[in-house]
Amino acid sequence: MTVRTAELVIAIGLLIGSIAVAIKAAELNIGWVPGRGPGAGAWPFWLAVGMALSCVWTLVRWMRHVTPESRSQEPFIDSETVPVVAITVGALFGLLVGIHIIGMYFSLALFMLFYVRFVGRHSWTTTIPVVIGTPVFIFCLFEWALTTSLPKGLAMFEPLYYPLYELIY
Amino acid sequence: MIETILQPLATGLLQAFEPLNLAMILLGCLAGLFVGALPGLGSVNGVAILLPVTFLVPPTSAIIFLCALYYGAMYGGAISSITLGIPGASTAVATVFDGRPMAQSGKADQALMAAAIASFIGGTISVILFTLFAPPLAAFALAFGPPEEFALMVLAFATFIGLGGDDIPKTIFSIMVGLALATIGLDIISGQPRLIFFDLPGFLAGINFLVLAIGIYGIGEMIWTLEHTQGKVTLHKVKTSWAGFKENLTKIKDYLMTTTFGSVLGFFVGTLPAAGATPASLMSYGLAKTFSKDPDSFGKGNISGVAAPEAGNNAASTGSMLPMITLGIPGSPTTAILLGGMIIWGLRPGPLLFSEHPDFVWGLIGSMYIANFVTVVLNLAMIPIFVRVLAMPFTLLAPIIFALCVVGGFAPTLKMHDVWLMFIFGLAGYLLRKLNYPVAPAVLAIVLGPLAERSLRQSLIASQGDPLMFLERPIALTCFFFAAALIAYPIVRKLLQKRKPVEEG
Repeated sequence: MTVRTAELVIAIGLLIGSIAVAIKAAELNIGWVPGRGPGAGAWPFWLAVGMALSCVWTLVRWMRHVTPESRSQEPFIDSETVPVVAITVGALFGLLVGIHIIGMYFSLALFMLFYVRFVGRHSWTTTIPVVIGTPVFIFCLFEWALTTSLPKGLAMFEPLYYPLYELIY
Repeated sequence: MIETILQPLATGLLQAFEPLNLAMILLGCLAGLFVGALPGLGSVNGVAILLPVTFLVPPTSAIIFLCALYYGAMYGGAISSITLGIPGASTAVATVFDGRPMAQSGKADQALMAAAIASFIGGTISVILFTLFAPPLAAFALAFGPPEEFALMVLAFATFIGLGGDDIPKTIFSIMVGLALATIGLDIISGQPRLIFFDLPGFLAGINFLVLAIGIYGIGEMIWTLEHTQGKVTLHKVKTSWAGFKENLTKIKDYLMTTTFGSVLGFFVGTLPAAGATPASLMSYGLAKTFSKDPDSFGKGNISGVAAPEAGNNAASTGSMLPMITLGIPGSPTTAILLGGMIIWGLRPGPLLFSEHPDFVWGLIGSMYIANFVTVVLNLAMIPIFVRVLAMPFTLLAPIIFALCVVGGFAPTLKMHDVWLMFIFGLAGYLLRKLNYPVAPAVLAIVLGPLAERSLRQSLIASQGDPLMFLERPIALTCFFFAAALIAYPIVRKLLQKRKPVEEG
């Protein structure tokens, strides 16, 4: 996909999104409520109209080849960088899914293992301290110092933390 | 003067010297130097990612930490600009112009030291200006009602359109989308739920500004940097010695004048919301070159070319705090995040802050003086260590920052809904940035959104729906006038450019 095509696709996507926001806001009162001022939907509705108009403006500029993006025939993401971006985004997606299942700490450890060892190709002597150190540091900072509980995943993983809770509380 | 400035300043300095606050200054400066030095990361990324961690300490100490980080990052940016030839942050772009040639001719130590000392001068001059201007500006702003507040916010957004230098429709979109994101959740006046997409309960509590800020400046920025730093970079070695240090001290007189002018200019440019530290450093560089006896040597390793932009960006970072503290309008994306943090801590930035929380304000101002001093000392002492840090592979740093982003996105609201949103914002921010959509206005808008809507609605309720009421208030009218001029400026400029060739032809 060229930059020019991407500019068009994204502007159309944003235009559709803006219209959706306007429709959603219009479910509320977008007019004047006597004694209470503008309705709850008025401000978001007009913002969404503004968003849609600015997208139309971008589309007009695209058609007239005004902006550098609307003239560029370069690839939007060049083939050399596709793998690194795709792997990173995929790994982050995996990290977030993993948080729901095995919890923040184990998911982070796996993410670190994957990224440092298999993407960064670092040695095991670098990988292991990072894989263990990051979740331990985050546990100490959040659970201990900030007393903020981070997700532990499915209920079956919770008992694993009981000894640690006894240690810190 | 003594009662309004010197006395509270002395109290503030004493407060900054409390052990916890002093420790925060030290840690903040270190963290700032670190994030500033790393290519791709600047103060805004550091502040966004580390803000959730500061809930550990009281608000004054927390903001002292974040402000120290802000300064540190301004100093740190120069380290990679000089030794790698890659700006550590966009604010240090101008430092590359002469810093790189100096490093290539074996004068990296001289350049680094000039950058540190110029940063110190810039920081100190601007913090003095801040101390002088903040109390009267806050006193003036006490007269502001909702219409003036709204007009001021319109003016802040207009500076992005007029001075941002980005694509205008895309800038407008960015502002509007930030404001629209801020409306999600329960309406403050009617109590009705708004824009609850797909009926997801996670939207009921609204979108915390940190979710957008960490998404864009954490996740999005890291993906962007991973894409752009694939090529190999060469690190220039820095030789440091006591004799060299003493010799470099004598060179201060070569750049003292340009540094002083650059600092004053930087401070005032920094107060403008859309301008900030990057244009301040570029303008300061331009000023130094214009008034130099030897302008041709700029770009080839002139020491003033390193000192001037560094003074400018440091001064601007303090300058951008001025409207944030006194008017509640942030002067840069970093201060926008600081402002959001202050709201979380239960402080309402604006003129009342000076009368209601003098301890907070003067403690912060006191810490600025000390942070400047601490950063210059740390910077000079630790240059060799920071240079080594730069050699750290990005594939090791990136996953650590991603980890901090994920927990940082979860911590403010304790909801995975927000972590997913942050991920989506990060990706969207990355893609939009590739197409030249500016992201800073959106971050500023999500922070100011609730305040803007409230002041507009309060104004309209008071005037029973008559928008002409804005024109009857002189301060609001002045703000709208300047806002209109700023919005018209790029259009007029373009029309003039179009006419020129015709006239010539």
